Amino acid sequence: MTAVTLPEEIVAHDGPEPSRGMIHDTWVIARRGLVHMKRQPEALSDATIQPIMFVLLFAYVFGGAIAVPGEGNYREFLMGGIFAQTIVFSAFGVAMALANDRKNQAVDRFRALPIARGAVLGGHAIANLFKALLPIVIMSLCGLAIGWRIHDGLVNAALGYLLLIGFAFAMVWVGVLLGSVVATPEGVQGIAFAALFPVTFMASTFVPTESMPQFVQNVAEWNPVTTLSNSIRELFGNPTTAATPNDPWSISHPVAYTVIWIVGIIAVCAPLAVRAYQRSVAK
Amino acid sequence: MSPNDNAVEARGLVKRYGETAALAGIDLEVPTGTVTAVLGPNGAGKTTAVRILTTLTEPDEGHATVAGYDVRTRGHEVRRRIGLAAQDATVDPLLTGRENLVMLGELHQYRRAQATARAEELLTAFSLDEAADRRAGGYSGGMRRRLDLAATLVGRPEVLFLDEPTTGLDPRGRSELWTVIDSLVGTGTTVVLTTQYLEEAERLADDIIVIDHGRIIARGDARKLKREVGGDQVQVVVVEPGHVPEAARIIEAVTGVKPQVDAGARSVTAPTSLGVETLVLVAKEFTDAQIAVDDMSLRQPTLDEVFLTLTGSPADDAEEDA
Repeated sequence: MTAVTLPEEIVAHDGPEPSRGMIHDTWVIARRGLVHMKRQPEALSDATIQPIMFVLLFAYVFGGAIAVPGEGNYREFLMGGIFAQTIVFSAFGVAMALANDRKNQAVDRFRALPIARGAVLGGHAIANLFKALLPIVIMSLCGLAIGWRIHDGLVNAALGYLLLIGFAFAMVWVGVLLGSVVATPEGVQGIAFAALFPVTFMASTFVPTESMPQFVQNVAEWNPVTTLSNSIRELFGNPTTAATPNDPWSISHPVAYTVIWIVGIIAVCAPLAVRAYQRSVAK
Repeated sequence: MSPNDNAVEARGLVKRYGETAALAGIDLEVPTGTVTAVLGPNGAGKTTAVRILTTLTEPDEGHATVAGYDVRTRGHEVRRRIGLAAQDATVDPLLTGRENLVMLGELHQYRRAQATARAEELLTAFSLDEAADRRAGGYSGGMRRRLDLAATLVGRPEVLFLDEPTTGLDPRGRSELWTVIDSLVGTGTTVVLTTQYLEEAERLADDIIVIDHGRIIARGDARKLKREVGGDQVQVVVVEPGHVPEAARIIEAVTGVKPQVDAGARSVTAPTSLGVETLVLVAKEFTDAQIAVDDMSLRQPTLDEVFLTLTGSPADDAEEDA
């Protein structure tokens, strides 16, 4: 069918191009990740359909049976938790994307290119941070439709959204670490669900912690998913458990405590992930 | 020879995976602008050698330079000057052909406009214009290989590594790809390719290095290798199983070599250096002896026969090295 003859100038070399830097390389790979998401809408379900499903299930199935602190509206209480839960699950998508790259050998092609160290992981992280914005928007609309409102002014609302995005970025690095250590998509799926579900449920995500047995309550009170949920409720002016003098520091200062976690997770997971990734692909 | 005359130089490369040595001490010299084929069966260590030379993995012992830079300490400089086509075509199936090439151009540090122009140029050169805006996942095997080769060239590499470039292609796709590689070779790029096929190595390479179990067991151009394994093979298949011993005697008399006999296939094979004359002589003997012949042919040795001659044992079909 095709006769290929290459003109000589097609491979004429005039020396390699100067490096354009880590940010450039990271962004090129992030753009690829975004195109992948756009072309595999089914792989986006964890960021689109799943949060809507949770909102509707909890609002209409469990909602009536759950008592809300201060006699508030459960749907308004629920939204902070669902935001937090969905953000925690951001770890999953990026781990899958990395595992898939490994599976179809895209990793080797990237590693043989003159790109900045860490650009592949950084690119995946950025793409998935964008992906995390999607459910935040979708859930806000879904929440508005079922009666959730922002009561505490634009500045606090903006801070609330910022906190969500910050936490999403931290979770993306958890996912990068997971995807670097666990090499197969199947493994990622198993571990993500076994680890992320308990973390999001042993928290004030769907129910106030007061109703839990003492031991679980202790865990929940220090669980950053609890403080993220409570921070969001507080910043959006939704019903939340009022802190009492006996509460631990995490409950009385949910925003500060959550920010510490965000910084901590990134500081620990990012370098660990880069190391684990280098080691696991250099075989 | 000064280092600059060799695009690839390796000394004593060793790579172990647990107990097994994928490479057990390989020396390699590829003069700039030439084509070297690394020939060997699955598991011989071909892929491991390529992975070391392309900085994907580090050798346990020995050292290597590519385009004048040490693969271990100056990996980034090496990566700026090489192209790699891994064994399985690694183009991105979700991106179009054009998007694949533009992305790689940008990762080769081109500006966007430059990367776009480069992609266009390569799409045309590899006859992929029409498919340029379709997702690579829907390409045929041959098209994907061409895109993979084009992708390898995006950065105008000084040294090109092709790991089993025609594996998995049908005969037409294979000869199509050979033409492409031929014309690449004509442009002065240094090429290191691995293959399991002697025919392919002979067709494409100036130098052939035969490796088995992580060691080099022979090197030289195709003519030298063939001389070592006795050049062409004459093969006769007789009609009557009972005639096989007599056929073997005749072949031995003509070639002077004790032939290989496959009684089940009623086939007798021996290396010969007499060329087509062998067939004339053998045909006459069989006619005189009144032995009916099913098939009589003169062919190049297969890789198996090369191995049999070089190592005294048939090529293992072990698992492919990681």
